[in-house]
Order: sequence, then structure tokens, then C-alpha cells
Amino acid sequence: MSEETRKEGIIPGLPVTLESRLLSLLKGTDKVILEGVELELGELELFLPLNLNGPQVLHQSVEKALPQKERHFPDSLVDMQFLPVQEKYPGRVREVLLGATAKNGGTRSHSVTIGGSTSTALSSLANPYSNPPLISLDVFDMHVPLPRALRANIEDVMDDPGEWAKRNVEKFGADLVTIHLMSTDPLISDTSPRSASETVECILSAVKVPVIVGGCGDPKKDALVFSEIAEMASGERLLFNSVTLEMAEARTLEPLIEKVKEHEHTVLGFTGLDLNRAKELNRRLYDSLSPDQIVMDLTTVALGYGLEYSFTIHERARLLALIGDTELQHPTISASTNAWSAREAWMKMDPLYGDTAIRGPLWETVNVCTLLLAGVDLFLMMHPAAISTVREIVNSYKQGISKVPAHIYDWTGMKT
Amino acid sequence: MSSTQVKRKKVRGVHEVSPIDVYRLLPGTNCGECGEANCMAYAARLVNGEYTLENCPPLNEENNKKLRISLGELTAPPVREISFGDARSSIKIGGKHVLFRHEFTYHNPVPIAIDVEDSLSGEEIVKRVNSIENFLYNYIGREMRLDAIAIRDTTGEPERFANAVRIAREHSDKPLILCTYNPKVMEKAISLIPDSRPLLYAATTENWKEMAEIALNFSSPLVVSSPGDMGKLLSLATTLEASGVPDLVLDPGTFLEEDIAITISNFTALRTSVFRDGSQNIGYPLLGTPITAWAGEDLSPEVSAWREAWAAPVLMSRYTDLLIMHSLEGWALLPALLWRFNLYTDPRKPVAVDAGIRPVGSPGKGSPVFITTNYALTFFTVESDVKSAEIDCYLLVVDTGGLSVESAVAGRYLNPSSIAEAINGFCLSDLVDHRKIIIPGLAARISGDTEEVTGWEVLVGPKDSSGIPLFLRNRWNNS
Repeated sequence: MSEETRKEGIIPGLPVTLESRLLSLLKGTDKVILEGVELELGELELFLPLNLNGPQVLHQSVEKALPQKERHFPDSLVDMQFLPVQEKYPGRVREVLLGATAKNGGTRSHSVTIGGSTSTALSSLANPYSNPPLISLDVFDMHVPLPRALRANIEDVMDDPGEWAKRNVEKFGADLVTIHLMSTDPLISDTSPRSASETVECILSAVKVPVIVGGCGDPKKDALVFSEIAEMASGERLLFNSVTLEMAEARTLEPLIEKVKEHEHTVLGFTGLDLNRAKELNRRLYDSLSPDQIVMDLTTVALGYGLEYSFTIHERARLLALIGDTELQHPTISASTNAWSAREAWMKMDPLYGDTAIRGPLWETVNVCTLLLAGVDLFLMMHPAAISTVREIVNSYKQGISKVPAHIYDWTGMKT
Repeated sequence: MSSTQVKRKKVRGVHEVSPIDVYRLLPGTNCGECGEANCMAYAARLVNGEYTLENCPPLNEENNKKLRISLGELTAPPVREISFGDARSSIKIGGKHVLFRHEFTYHNPVPIAIDVEDSLSGEEIVKRVNSIENFLYNYIGREMRLDAIAIRDTTGEPERFANAVRIAREHSDKPLILCTYNPKVMEKAISLIPDSRPLLYAATTENWKEMAEIALNFSSPLVVSSPGDMGKLLSLATTLEASGVPDLVLDPGTFLEEDIAITISNFTALRTSVFRDGSQNIGYPLLGTPITAWAGEDLSPEVSAWREAWAAPVLMSRYTDLLIMHSLEGWALLPALLWRFNLYTDPRKPVAVDAGIRPVGSPGKGSPVFITTNYALTFFTVESDVKSAEIDCYLLVVDTGGLSVESAVAGRYLNPSSIAEAINGFCLSDLVDHRKIIIPGLAARISGDTEEVTGWEVLVGPKDSSGIPLFLRNRWNNS
């Protein structure tokens, strides 16, 4: 408070009318005795008119009116220790083993494990990953229209699923490969189960990583195709993407999961943003399958098109699993390539918004990053830039035993 | 441990408060001024987050002040709400009632501040401030904008910094964040704008006393910064609280690259402690600084902007209440702007429009009918595409519970019977004399069954509504 205002006795922020009335009443008085007034500490400001200039301005006036010598600062910093809450949950997400080596009846060079979480994802460096999230890269069995930014990296191998799969593993470091048998769609080419099975065989011989087999979404056709492949690749511990309640309605689910059980594979249960349906589907699957053969896809929607629903349902599912809902204690996957369905990922926009070559992969990256925080265990991805960013985050968390950052940069004083 | 530490009782969010507890503290007039039939109904909607204390006029009367204060305490968010800026424009940050979005709703969408460095020329500052001021992205009929300006001291010269602050203030009403560790620089600048209540960045273990003095003199909120050291952060916050500085914001440090896990872990630990423990005085808003991507080693601007672009949504998802960024590239800001809007919607209510028939242009009896969903984004996207192509048509908006086409088909909300219901319920046959509907390409799977159930001929439209003009040329005008 400046010397000048103090002399004048004006409290800045108080309306002039009230202030002058008060001042004129108090003129020539140096003491005011309040009688019959009970004053609780903290109620002092009630004496002053609230709601005239808003509490903030009033607050400001009170602070300014305080002579500086009345401030009491501690002499030195109060010594405190921050003790983070260590959350312990009774539940645990099951582990699911994908891919089988020769020793276990398959032909993969190694198996991978997803799931096993005992806490919410990335919540504390004290709870490292049981199994770090993995990345599967897509291969399609037919020519699909892909945005330019995706096509550029694979254009020369798009007509050869085997070579495409190799590219994914050797160049982009895929932990798994997903072969999408889109051509089997009765509305597209209606490729036969036998021919689809040959495509999967070709993938299995081209790469040695575990393989995910994607269908066309038709509950009848997928069941036929998956059954054929389950038999052909007996013992490989493939992941069938996906089985659904629509299959149960079409009465194709039971025969399919019998095959999956017989030939020792795993399934991905797909439901549309609805945990009750996810649980219902799992209950049906438990009839034949062991729970450690089941992975969940709760639906991934693109950023700007409902990603928040995916984010929230994954957070809820994981919390419920940790609290003890056994029907949700399954690892989850996210088809994060769905990010590319957002217009912001592929459409030409005003130059201010940059080229799709950067917007596209960024959209995929953000989709994965947010669901990584929500606890997803396996991501279906496509763009190399998105993949390397996600690896950076996962590796940081894997190695994050140190609680001290390697670099502390001063952004305040930097020159750009 | 010092005796100045304030003991706190465990906090609880408003959603954990019983409506009865609220009801007991209401004036009990049953006056209906809030729009409800009685005080109990108001209480129920208050704890549901649908009303605030401002919605009850009697509560704001002089003689109910005691009730109002008690209610304020009862319903106060565990993470304090702090504001900065002045009457021209102010921002609220924090005010969080829950840890997880699905528990309630996140309040006070994360403001995004863009930096301006004081070493720029006056002209450059004006240009940058104008870019911040004018940035605008339209998304489902809403305007996404930037919120604040962070002026950075890069020279240590009080005059230079104060000048940058003055220019920014002259050219923009947006609230300011003054960034300097030097109390002399801070004091000079804030003296120029004494009533603006900028956010002061930052008090550290070195300068906290001087910064506290300035914060109190100008009654401005103060950021407490202790990058990477949570113990020191807590020490500083406790000390400043004991010094009487009421409004604090915490900066635990934002580290990217190989240290991103430390960042996420620290933000999560701070916020979790507020809700799970409550004994430590850390119920303050958290500041995240994706701008860190531009500091340190020399990187290409694309790489820095890329890091900033993904770090911002990650920080928002992990409890950051305010962000400072550098990039003004549209692509780098879009994810943050969209994700902020989405994350802060009420998870119990989808962003939906009403189902029904919407004419676009001047449709007649022969005009095409497009089926779409009542998810706001889907609807506005389709509507804007047909409008800009100047197509006269009807949009038949089906109630899909606010889901987009893809999710609605997968979740069976968009199905032959829901389409049939819409056709009959909204009397489509009165409007057109043909019997054709065009369904979204992403719903191709249900075309056959839809024909069967509705009795209308079904044409499968493009997967994205930007393809509608071409589709009409090829499939409608020739049919």
C-alpha cells in the first residue's frame, strides 16, 4: 500500500458512496466500540459489503490495507517431505500369453505376455509395469485406401502381405503383426476361409513374432474364417480379433470358441463402449475358454470423435478390475489406427494447421498416449513417428526407477 | 517438522455430500427462484453438479450469509479454485471435485497460455499477441480459443520485461502470466498493471520471501516452482501458506523425452494425495509446461512442436489445471484444444443434438434424405458439408444415444429398427414423395436389413460426408 493512499484513508476497491459515508460517520473519532456483536475469527470481512465489487476485489483491498510490518513470514522454509500415497488394490489383471514357440507347440521365435497390472497405469514409478504395453502393426490382405502419410512407408509392399509383415517387424520394430482379412467381407470380395487361411500361413512363415488375425466384422463369416485358421495354425496361440455378442446371436460363437479351445489360441472380445456387454461376452467365453485366453477391446474412437468415451471406459474398466471385478480382469487392446478416421488426421486444411503428414501421425500418437494412461496393454498402430513416440514414453516408464530428472531445462529464460 | 503446518481434515468432493446435508443449510423458502419446485430438489441437483450456490438467490441475501459460508465449505472442491486476471477477463483454474472423470465431471477446462519473450521487438510482440488473440478453431459449432499470455523474462532487465508486459496489456485483454524468477523484474512489471491480478511465476526456494511480498502487495496468485523435487514443492507451498499468501499454483516441473514418466508420476502423485490422503496441503491447481519441449538441446522446430503437441493432452489427462505452451502452429494446438473440450464434458451426458428431421437449404418432395446420428460432432459435420455444397436435402437424425456412426453401428444403436422408428416417428413420408434413404457408408453393413425393416430403398452413402456432393452426382442425380 502506498504512502499516499494510507494518508488519505481510502481503501481502494470500496465503493465511494459507502466509504465516504463511513468516513464521515467516523470523523473525529479515534475509537469505535462494538456492542452486542459476536465476532468469530474469520468473519471479520462480513462487516464489509460483499457482492458490491465481488469478493476478489474486496479481498484485494483488505490485503492492500494491511501494513507490511504486520505480515509474519517464517524465517526459513518449513521443512516438509512429500509422501505419496501408495495405492494398493486387491485385484490384478490376468496375464495373457500370445504366440507359441516350438517348445509349446507353435512356430514363433518367442511369446509375448500382456496384462498383469496391479495398479493404475503409469501412476507411480514405484509400480513398474508387470508387462510393458506392446505394439502390433497392421497388414491388410487387399488393397485398402490409406491416407498418404501411411501409404508412403509401405506402398511397395501393399500387395504382398508377407513382405508387409516383414517390413513391420524389421523396419518398424513391431512386437506383433495383425493381418486384417478384410477381403473375406461378403460385401467386398467374399474371399473363402481356405484362401484367408493361406494368407495367414504366409504371414506366419514371413515373420516369427506372435500374430493377431483380424476378420471383416461379419459374425457368420468371421466364425467360419477363424475356425479354419484355428485348425490350420493349431497350437500357435494366435489372437482372433474379434469375437462378439453378435456372434452369440448368430449362434456362431460357441462352435468357434470350441475350435479356439481345441487348438489353443486366444480371442479378443469386442464390445461397443459398454462394460455390461463386455462382462456378458466374457461370461459366455468362460463357458469354453480359460480366462487367460481372453483379451478385451472396449472400442477406440478417434480424438475429436469421442475418444473421451474410450478413455473413460478404459479407466473405469481398469479400476473395477483392480478393485476386484473378475469379469473385467483381462488385458485390453486399442485399435488406435481408428485415429485416422478423424478428419483432422487426413483432410487438407488451412495451411495454419500444417500438412496431414504431421497431423495424421500426431492424431494416432495422441490416441495411443491417452489410452496408455487409461491402462491399455496392446496397441494396433501404423505410423512410424507415432510408434517411436509411444516407445519413448513406455521406455521412460520402464527405466523410470530414478525419481530425479536427467535434465531440468529453464524454459522461462530461454531464447527461441 | 515445523509447527506452522496446518492440520487438515480429509476432504470430500461435492458428489460425496448428501443432498440432506445441503438441504439443512438452505434457507428453506421453497420459493422456486432457482427453477426447482422446492429446496430439496435444488439440493439434489447441487450435489449432482448441475447447480452452483449462485443459482439460489435467497442464499445470496445478507441475512443468509452464515448459511452461505457453511454451504461453501461443505461443497468446496478438494482442489481449490483459483482465479487470475481482472474484470476485463479472468480465468478460473483448479476447482476439481474428483480424481477420475467418470466419478463426476472435471470443472474449469485447462486454460492454454502461450508465451511471449521479452527480447522480441515491440512490433514482434504485438504480432505474437495478436496471433494469440485471434487464434480460432471451429469444432462442432463451438469456438476453440487460446486463453492467456505468458510473458517471459529472458534478459533480466526490469525495463525490458515491463515494456513487454505493457505492450501485451495494451493489445489484449487476456489474463497474463508474468514469468521471471527475479523479484526486481517482477515488481517493476506488476507495478505497471497493479490491478490486473496476473498469475506470478514463480516462487522458488531462493526468492520465496520477495515473491510472497509482491503477491500480497498486489493480491495476485503465485506459482510455486520446484522442478522435480516434490518435498521442496510442499515445503514452499506450506511456507507461503503460512506467510498468508492465499492463492497458490503448484509447478512440479514438466520433463519430456526420457523423463516423461517422472512428470506423469509426479502430477499423479500430487493429485492422488489430495483425494486419497488430504492431510498434506497440496490441494492447489497444477501447472504443466509443455513449452519445456523448446528448452535445452537444439532441436528442429517441428520436433519441439511435435513433443509439445502430444505432451499437452497427456498432461491434461493427468491432472494439469493450466498449461503454458510455445507453439502457435495450428496442428500442434489442435489435439490440446479438442481433447480439453472432450475431457471436460459431462461423462454422464453425451454431446448430443435432438433427434428429428432437419431441412438443409430449401428441400422439396424429391430431395434426398440422409440418415445420421445425434452425436453432435457427426451431425454438425454432415450439416456443414451439405450446407457448404449448397445441397437441398433432409437430414434424418436418429437417436443413437449421442454416439458417432461407427460406435453406434458397433453398439447397435444405429440399427434397422432405430432407423424405422425415426422414419415413422418423424413422418418422413409426408415430406418426400420418393421412398429412398441414404445411410452413412460406415453403416453399410445394416443396409440390407434396413431395407427389409423399413420398406424404404437404402442407398449406401460415402464413409465421410465430405464425399456427399460427389455421391449425389453419381448416385442420386442419375437414379
